[in-house]
Amino acid sequence: MTCATRIAFTLALATTALVAGTLAQSQPPARYGLGRPATGDEIRARDIDVMPDGRGLPPGRGTVAEGAAVYAARCASCHGKDGEGASAERLVGRNEGDSFAFATNPKLVRTVGSYWPYATTLFDYTQRAMPFQRPGTLVPNETYAVVAYLLFQNGIVKEDAVMDQATLPKVVMPAHGRFVVDDRKGGRAIK
Amino acid sequence: MKSSRISRRRALAAGTAGIVGAALPASARQNPDTTKVQGPPGREVGARSPFEKPVRTAFSPARTATFTPLQDLDGIITPSDLHFERHHGGVPAVDPQQYSLLIHGMVERPTIFTLAELKRFPGRSMIRFIECSGNGGRAYRLTTPTAELTPQQTDGLTSTSEWTGVPLATLLREVGASPKARWLLAEGMDAAVMTRSVPIEMANDDALIAYGQNGEALRPEQGYPVRLMLPGVEGNASVKWLRRIEVADQPFMTREETSKYTDPLPDGTARMFSLVMDAKSLITEPSYPDKLEGHGWLEVRGLAWSGRGRITRVEVSTDGGKSWQNATLDEPVLPKCHTRFRLPWQWNGGEAVLMSRATDETGYVQPTTAELMKVRGPNTQYHFNNIRAWQVGADGVVRLAGGAA
Repeated sequence: MTCATRIAFTLALATTALVAGTLAQSQPPARYGLGRPATGDEIRARDIDVMPDGRGLPPGRGTVAEGAAVYAARCASCHGKDGEGASAERLVGRNEGDSFAFATNPKLVRTVGSYWPYATTLFDYTQRAMPFQRPGTLVPNETYAVVAYLLFQNGIVKEDAVMDQATLPKVVMPAHGRFVVDDRKGGRAIK
Repeated sequence: MKSSRISRRRALAAGTAGIVGAALPASARQNPDTTKVQGPPGREVGARSPFEKPVRTAFSPARTATFTPLQDLDGIITPSDLHFERHHGGVPAVDPQQYSLLIHGMVERPTIFTLAELKRFPGRSMIRFIECSGNGGRAYRLTTPTAELTPQQTDGLTSTSEWTGVPLATLLREVGASPKARWLLAEGMDAAVMTRSVPIEMANDDALIAYGQNGEALRPEQGYPVRLMLPGVEGNASVKWLRRIEVADQPFMTREETSKYTDPLPDGTARMFSLVMDAKSLITEPSYPDKLEGHGWLEVRGLAWSGRGRITRVEVSTDGGKSWQNATLDEPVLPKCHTRFRLPWQWNGGEAVLMSRATDETGYVQPTTAELMKVRGPNTQYHFNNIRAWQVGADGVVRLAGGAA
């Protein structure tokens, strides 16, 4: 092999390798094959969320009266005897005419009854993060009950209401329909 | 141009005690001539000069938020131990060996990833800010003509880091997310089991499942070992200590995105999923509690950022907004990232009002307080990106000036 031929041959090899290498790396694979399948038990252990249409609500039920007892034992020390707020935020109260002028009137009370648009959110949040010092320790019946109690205290359900998988998603909150999607898009407009 | 013209009374404002020299090692005080004594050898982990004592401050005993000392920092990167904190259930101690991320819902293959597996995916690093959407409320609601508030106290809930991780889009492709998916839920493993819904477009854009911060593992208070990082988006949505992602067809309407982190508007509605942070800037030097000493040149410095892309211009006014000059922007000017701006200024000893105004690549111009208040109302709750002003008194004392400027 002459010197020139050898160089040409080497170049050809290098080019081939380069092309092959480029091809191998230009397209990422559809999958890398990492991770392992999650089992149903593993998903159920973490999947605690509840959606506005009721998806995710566990079996169980609770009444206003039962909820009053749960509230007194587990919630009142931070949120006040009647949900009026103490070291933790106020939960109970409506504004005159269910005013939603929160941007302009600092005197309006912001509570479950005046500002929360979905009753299911109250269940979801109470179940995952309350009571503050022992989060996630209420069983579903206790959570349904305390949600029923707070909805009653806010004048949203009647005293004989029972909350469960069927009834809770049907509760229409006073603040429902007050929320709008974000219309900011950048550009010159100040919104 | 020496900053020695600005006397720093900052140690006192930050609440750190007493005379700086008192905290120095005895050798530093007794041997001022460093050329006549050997210095100490190298150490396994470095520490700041004992002369430098920047601290995060909290404004409530519960310390559920701590604020970055913006006035003490140069450049755009926030030292990791000074990155602001906001948590709703404290900082969990997560063992990386026990950690796993579950992705399920509208996916072909519900999957569990260990930390080691997440790190095997092609990664990406990017320098991006995170700002809490409640940042700046103090400046927005200021009712007095001036206030003795530092940049840290008004706006210390913003920080910038280099974040490293795997693009969320890669993981969504790996598990086979349904083309019908519209939203996903991100859930943390703190005591709040924090949850936020994220639009799928945002997840497939530049969202990162981050495990690195400024070249090392995430700090515990930033989500160790794994957090969601949504560039340009209000900090609360970048869920820390991430344990689960559920892919769905609609938002989950969690407590944080309904009863909190929504913006009441003057028309009697409230804006939901107002995720992107609009352009904002802030002069960090001079600022309270600086006192300008002597007339002459100094440099006005600050930070600008936008959740919608790059900062294209920062203007500075030294006369309360009557006239504006373009500031210099330090390279690199990155999208959705703090950008350092500078403008030399000659103080003649009189009263002055310093302001900065940012423009981003969409053409959005940072509004005055009056402009923002007109469209948001005085009692709105989040997203306070109005222009900040600093009043320099004839005596050189700098104070936060009325938000209505």
